Amino acid sequence: MIKHFLNLEWKQYFRSSYWQKNLALNILLVFFALYMIGIFVFLGIFLFKILSKMFPEQDPFVVANSFIFFWILGEIGMRFFLQKLPVMSVKPLLTLPIKRSTIVNFVLGKSALSFFNFFPLFLTIPFGISLLNNGYSASVVLTWLATMFLISLIANFLNFILEAFSAERELSFLPLIILVGGLYALNYFEIISFQEIVGNGILAITKNPIYLLIPFVVLVALYTFNYSILRKKLFLDASLKTKVKDVNTSDLAWTKRFGDIAPFMQLDLKLIWRNKRTKSMALLMVIGLLYGLFFYPQPMYRDMEFMWAFIGIFSTGFFLINFGQFIPAWDSGYYKMLMSQNIKYEQYLRSKFILMVMSVVIMFVLGIPYLYFGYKILIAHAAAAVYNIGVNSHVILWGGSYNRKKIELDKKAAFNYQGTGAVQWLIGIPLMALPMALFGLLNWLINFEVAIAILVIMGVIGILLHKKLMTFITQKYLDSKYKMIAAFGKDS
Amino acid sequence: MIYTKDISKSYSGTQVLKIDELEIPKGQSFGLVGNNGAGKTTYFSLLLDLINPSTGTITNNSVVVSQSEDWKPFTSAFIDETFLIGYLTPEEYFYFIGDLRGQNKADVDKLTAKFEDFFNGEIIGKKKYLRDLSKGNQKKAGIVAALIGNPEVIILDEPFANLDPTTQIRLKQILKDLAEKQGVTVLVSSHDLLHVTDVCERIVVLEKGEVVKDLETNPTTLRELEAHFTKSAVSVSEEEE
Repeated sequence: MIKHFLNLEWKQYFRSSYWQKNLALNILLVFFALYMIGIFVFLGIFLFKILSKMFPEQDPFVVANSFIFFWILGEIGMRFFLQKLPVMSVKPLLTLPIKRSTIVNFVLGKSALSFFNFFPLFLTIPFGISLLNNGYSASVVLTWLATMFLISLIANFLNFILEAFSAERELSFLPLIILVGGLYALNYFEIISFQEIVGNGILAITKNPIYLLIPFVVLVALYTFNYSILRKKLFLDASLKTKVKDVNTSDLAWTKRFGDIAPFMQLDLKLIWRNKRTKSMALLMVIGLLYGLFFYPQPMYRDMEFMWAFIGIFSTGFFLINFGQFIPAWDSGYYKMLMSQNIKYEQYLRSKFILMVMSVVIMFVLGIPYLYFGYKILIAHAAAAVYNIGVNSHVILWGGSYNRKKIELDKKAAFNYQGTGAVQWLIGIPLMALPMALFGLLNWLINFEVAIAILVIMGVIGILLHKKLMTFITQKYLDSKYKMIAAFGKDS
Repeated sequence: MIYTKDISKSYSGTQVLKIDELEIPKGQSFGLVGNNGAGKTTYFSLLLDLINPSTGTITNNSVVVSQSEDWKPFTSAFIDETFLIGYLTPEEYFYFIGDLRGQNKADVDKLTAKFEDFFNGEIIGKKKYLRDLSKGNQKKAGIVAALIGNPEVIILDEPFANLDPTTQIRLKQILKDLAEKQGVTVLVSSHDLLHVTDVCERIVVLEKGEVVKDLETNPTTLRELEAHFTKSAVSVSEEEE
C-alpha cells in the first residue's frame, strides 16, 4: 500500500504544472536552503568556542541548553509560516479498499521525513562533534542529539495541531501568537522560567538516558492527537457541516463614484471578505501596520535609518504586496468567464490598482502615530508610501502578467492548509529590498533629505506615467491571455 | 451571423478540430453533437477567443473574434461552472454580469423574474453563495446569466447535463422561444440526441474534429442520428474483434 502512495506522491510532484513552470523559483529556494545549511553548519562548528568566549565562567554545554527554549519557540514560529502539512488528495482514495487509518498514518509519517526535521541536524551534529572533541562522553553527546531530534519531531507535530486550529476556526495567527507569545512572556517576566526547565530537563536526560522516554511519550501523544484530528476529517461531509451560513449582502454603493470600474471594485471587495484565504490576508494588515513597533522602540534599530525605508515600504505596502502578487490569480476560478465578457482589461486592472493605492493611503494614515518616534520616521514612511503608489503598484501589476498559478478560493478546509509559503515571501524581496538599498545608500553617501527626495521623485514619476504604464501592462496581459486561460484551467 | 473559415486547432501536432467552412445564419438554433473528444468544446472556446486557433478565422457578425473584442457586447456564453464566481450570491452574480452588459438592477430583476419557474424557488433570495449551490442549480444560474443584456448570440455547452427532467423541458422551451421569437442565434452542444433534435433547427455532427453530418431537423433526424452513432459503435466493436 505504502508503495502505491509513494508512487502517487512522486507523480503528483513531478507531473504538476507548477513544478515545471517554476523551475527558476525552485532553484532559488534550493540556494536559499543551501545558504541556511551553510550558516547552521558554521554555527554548529564554532558555537562551542563562541559560548566559551561569551560565558567564560560557565560550561558552554549548559549555556547552550539554556537557550534551547528560545530555539524551540523560534522553530515553532518558523514552521508555522513555512511548513505545510503534506497534502494528499484523499478524495479519490476514500471509496477504494484502503483503510482510513493507513491514509492518515501515511500523511503523518511523510511529514516526519520533512526537510524541516533534518535541518537542525546541520547544527546539532557539528556541535555534538565539537563536544566530543572537548572531552564530553559519547553517551552524553548521543543522548543529547537524540533529544534534539525528538524535539524537532515534537515541534513538527505541534505545528500541525496549531495549523489545524487556525485553519478551522479562521483564527489566522492567533493560536501561534498565543502559544509562542504566552510562553515567551511567562519566561520573560520570570513567572515560570521555561528557559531553566527546558535547559535542566535536557541536562537531566543526558545524564540519565532513560528520561528520553519523556519526550518520546510527548511525541506519541502529539502524533495520536494529530491522528484523531485528521481521521475525523476523512469524510466528505466533515468539511461541509459548518458551511451553509446565511450571507449578508451589502450593496457597496460608495464604490459607484469610481464610475466604470465600480463593478470590479465591488467584486474585489467581496473577493477579499468572503474567502478564507483573502480574509486572513486582510486581517494580517494589522500586523503589517504594527510592524514598526518591533523595531522603533529599541534605540538600536531606531538609529538605523535605512531600516525606516524598509519598514515604511513594508507597513504601507503590506496589502499591496500580498494582494498584488496574486493578481490575476485571485480571479483564476472564473477567468474564462471574464475573458468572454464585455469588459475592458484596462478597467479590470485599474480597479485592482485603485484598491492597492487606497490600501497604501489608509495604511499610511493609520501609521501616523509613528510620529511619536520622531518626525523623520514619518517622513520616511510618507516617501515610502509615495514610492509604493508610483513604483511598486505598477511593478506588481506587471509581474502579474507572468502569473500562471491557479488559486482555489473555495478549497475546503480539510487537508488544506493553504497559507503563506516560502515562495510568497521570496517574491516580496525585490519590491522591498530595492528601495531600502537605494535609500540606505543615498542616505549614507549624501544625506537624509536627498535619499527621501529620490524615493519621492521615483514615486511621482511613476504616478505621472500611470496612463502610459497601464497601457503597457494591459498589453502584457493581452499578450499572455491564452496562456493564462490555459494555466488557470489546470490543477496545479 | 457566424462564419467559420478553414479553422483548425492542433496541440503539439495532434489535430483536434478542423472545419473548412461553416455558416450559421442569424436567428438559427444550432446544435452540435459528437462523442467525447469530437471537438465541441474546442469549437466553442475558439468562438469565444479563449484559445488561439492554429489556422483560420471565425467571424461573428463580421468581427474576427481573434482580432477584435467587438463581438463581446452581443455574445454571451455559459461553458461550465468556471464561468461562475463562487463567492457571490446568484443575485449579485446577475447584477455583476448586468453591470458589464450595461443593464441596471431593475433590468436584471425584470429578466430574472421571468425565470421564476425555471429556478423553482431555489436560486433567488436564498442567501447562499453560488459555490454552495448544487451542480444543477449552479447550471441554472449560469444559463440565465448568459441571457442577461439581450445578447444576439448565446453559446451553451452541454446545457442539459446535470439538470432534472422538469428543468430540461423548461429549458428547451426557453431556447426555442429565443430563436423563434426574438431572433437570437443559439448554439448548443449536447450528448443527448433527443434534446438537440427537439430544440435545434440544424444539427451538425462532429467526429474527431471534423464535420461529418450537417442536417436540417425534420421528423426523421433523430432516427438518422441514432443510426449514425449506432453505426460508429458497431464499427468500433468490429475493429476490436
